[in-house]
Amino acid sequence: MARLHEFQGKALLAQHRIPVPRGRAAATPEEAHAIAEDIGAPVMVKMQAWVTGRAGMGGIKKAATPDEAAAAARGMLGRRVKNFTVDWVLVEEQIQIEREFYAGIIVDDVSQAPMMIFSSIGGSGIEEIAVEHPDKVARTTIDVVRGLQDYQARDLARRAGIKGKLLNKLAGTLVRLWHTARDTEARAAEINPLALTADGRLLAADCRVTVDDYAIFRHKELGIEIAREMDRPPTELERIAYAVEANDYRGTFFFLQLHEDRQEGEKVVGFHGAGGGGSMMTMDAVLQRGYKLANFVDTSGNPPASKVYRAAKIILSQPGLDGYFGSGSGVASQEQFHSARGLVKAFLEEPLTVPAVIRLGGNAEDEAVEILERVNGIIPAPVEGYRKDDSPDFCAGRLDALIEGYRAPAETPAGRVRPPVVKPYRFETVTGGSVTLDHARCSECETRVCIEACARKILSLNDEGLPVLNVTPEEAKKGRCIECLACDVECYFHGNRGGFVDLPIEGLDEYRDRLGH
Amino acid sequence: MSILIDQTKRVIVQGITGREGMIRAELMKNYGTNVVGGVTPGKGGQQVIGVPVYDTVQEAWEELGSIDVSVLFIPAPLVKSAAMEAIEAGVKLLVIVPDRVPIYDVLSIAALARDRGAHFVGPNTLGVLSPDKAVLGMMGGRAASAREWFFQGPVGITSRSGGITSSMAYYLAQEGIGATTLVHVGGDAVVGLPHPEVVKLYEQDPETKAVVMFGEIGTTQEERVAELIASGQFTKPLIAFVGGKAAKSGTRFSHAGAIVEGNRGTHAGKVGALREAGGHVVDSFSELPHRTKEILQDMGVL
Repeated sequence: MARLHEFQGKALLAQHRIPVPRGRAAATPEEAHAIAEDIGAPVMVKMQAWVTGRAGMGGIKKAATPDEAAAAARGMLGRRVKNFTVDWVLVEEQIQIEREFYAGIIVDDVSQAPMMIFSSIGGSGIEEIAVEHPDKVARTTIDVVRGLQDYQARDLARRAGIKGKLLNKLAGTLVRLWHTARDTEARAAEINPLALTADGRLLAADCRVTVDDYAIFRHKELGIEIAREMDRPPTELERIAYAVEANDYRGTFFFLQLHEDRQEGEKVVGFHGAGGGGSMMTMDAVLQRGYKLANFVDTSGNPPASKVYRAAKIILSQPGLDGYFGSGSGVASQEQFHSARGLVKAFLEEPLTVPAVIRLGGNAEDEAVEILERVNGIIPAPVEGYRKDDSPDFCAGRLDALIEGYRAPAETPAGRVRPPVVKPYRFETVTGGSVTLDHARCSECETRVCIEACARKILSLNDEGLPVLNVTPEEAKKGRCIECLACDVECYFHGNRGGFVDLPIEGLDEYRDRLGH
Repeated sequence: MSILIDQTKRVIVQGITGREGMIRAELMKNYGTNVVGGVTPGKGGQQVIGVPVYDTVQEAWEELGSIDVSVLFIPAPLVKSAAMEAIEAGVKLLVIVPDRVPIYDVLSIAALARDRGAHFVGPNTLGVLSPDKAVLGMMGGRAASAREWFFQGPVGITSRSGGITSSMAYYLAQEGIGATTLVHVGGDAVVGLPHPEVVKLYEQDPETKAVVMFGEIGTTQEERVAELIASGQFTKPLIAFVGGKAAKSGTRFSHAGAIVEGNRGTHAGKVGALREAGGHVVDSFSELPHRTKEILQDMGVL
């Protein structure tokens, strides 16, 4: 889930006419000084970090003057809080709180509807309040089509013990909170505390808004870079991987780096899972053998070979790996030769210099294992493929044995690159890649294996006996070519090596150059 | 018997002309599903896998007669509209295969489904399969594989992971245990037919003698199954594994769901609740087939 900072959440609330304390976010002490001057009164300086208990760690301070505000900001900006660097402080007017409430919206999986929770006591977490003061907390589900009606909001407040004029005032705020949550497609939107000030104003003193990852694509205005819950900012490689996923809706590619600071004597494996449940389970098998995982990857939901290829390239861009382990649930519905071809292309191009064990159980597993193991003897490191009746533990054991017995060559041979093309026949693919068939080589090819192997059968021989599209290049680019990589990988092993698929990964070459990798 | 799907149900595929839709429609048909047509706006009049394609679900209904099930292979941003179209046309069961459907879209679909007495499996589901009868979605991937891997027997399977649905059924089959139906409820935070609803369907099915469940951290599905057992609404043996014990950051744990529910959503909470209610929870996935076999033998079923 994509979390917003307090100041971003408050901006959304303010857009929906929920009053918030006067103030703005500052990225430097000078800005904090200027904002405090604008406010012209004592201010609060609040560190913007995704933690609870900021006050206890000196992350919320009162400042009587602009100079004090600048000093407080200086103490907070740049601090490391739970893996994140503090980039912002919020400088806002001090408010005199007379009474605190809690108001929140979550998506309730039981009623399959948004749920609003209101408590006539605010401050601490709603969980604790609900335990200590069950009579002060009321909930209501919201009809997602009709929305929260004002009378429902009034009754919600009444059930939490609110009476009199305050009832109407609170209900208005609750309805506006609903609109905020609905408009931004928030998984959760909380105002805590919702403060009643000494001068009778109702203000959102603090808030938390978490936006639905899957809806980020239609909320560009929120400026969320990576719509995934993380406990630290994304790494450069994670940004590269996220762009791959964002540009290719076919199947899922999830990439998370786990272990960047390698310790002496540690053994680190690049992990390539397939399917959430299966990945989690097979990760354990590797961890139990004493390995660390450099990353977690899940390519699933029937991804095309190109997506698996890009995932493998990204995994192998992490320096210092000792091995590569791939596994899914064991009985995959997807045809496993797609994954095998993606892996083979990546392993050839690198070339792979660490042992790899891939558990390819599922549809067409025999074919997939055969394709995968063709790389042996061509690349420096050994690669073994396994099937559904081979347990994750057995496969992890094989990787362990291969790593133990493996000595990397003193000098890494060059990997496979696109050969010089004499007579190119070229068309573009759906993810910005291109397929090149060198008709000079094709004319001497005895097998024309690409015709038969093409998953979508979009290649035919022309009058000269050369492979060409039997759909228009536009159709191919729109997705008729699914980037199955058969005209690349099958041609490499069984044809005349005239076929090559270029699949750029934006930013990856630059990243690797900088690492010297 | 089986739940949700058998060979008599009349099925359409929305998105039948797409990459996934076409392949999976073929799988369904070849396995025995009564696929009567497909829908892709703008492509009406074509034939795909030997069935007619229509521009709208309403048109399909008018031409084909009543439709029991629609399986959706539609890009996530378009799912809400396609699902509502099917429900409005009168379809009572939807299988929503795509991943990454925005959650408020799911809530909107759920609201309309409640209104019209319809149900949906998913989103983010591999589908539903009743061995030797019919399949919805993409479970098994190929008809020949599905026939090889799954056979009829006494357990009902329900899972929150797609891959684990097939692998549980396969590894149970290796122990000689067949299934009435396999249901992948879907991996999202809000799904149309969560574990407790599936378990209730299995309770009604006389041929299902026990239920095997794969749970995961997050949501309240497993806790609600525990409540069904505790309250006597589910009376058959339940053998379960709950994944995600070691999951750290990056997992899609729903903190928003946990906030009102206290301890709910955690691995320990789920395992504890199921065990306390009398469910059989195994600590390792590999124990699942054997433990199920023991229980069925004790019951005299195997």
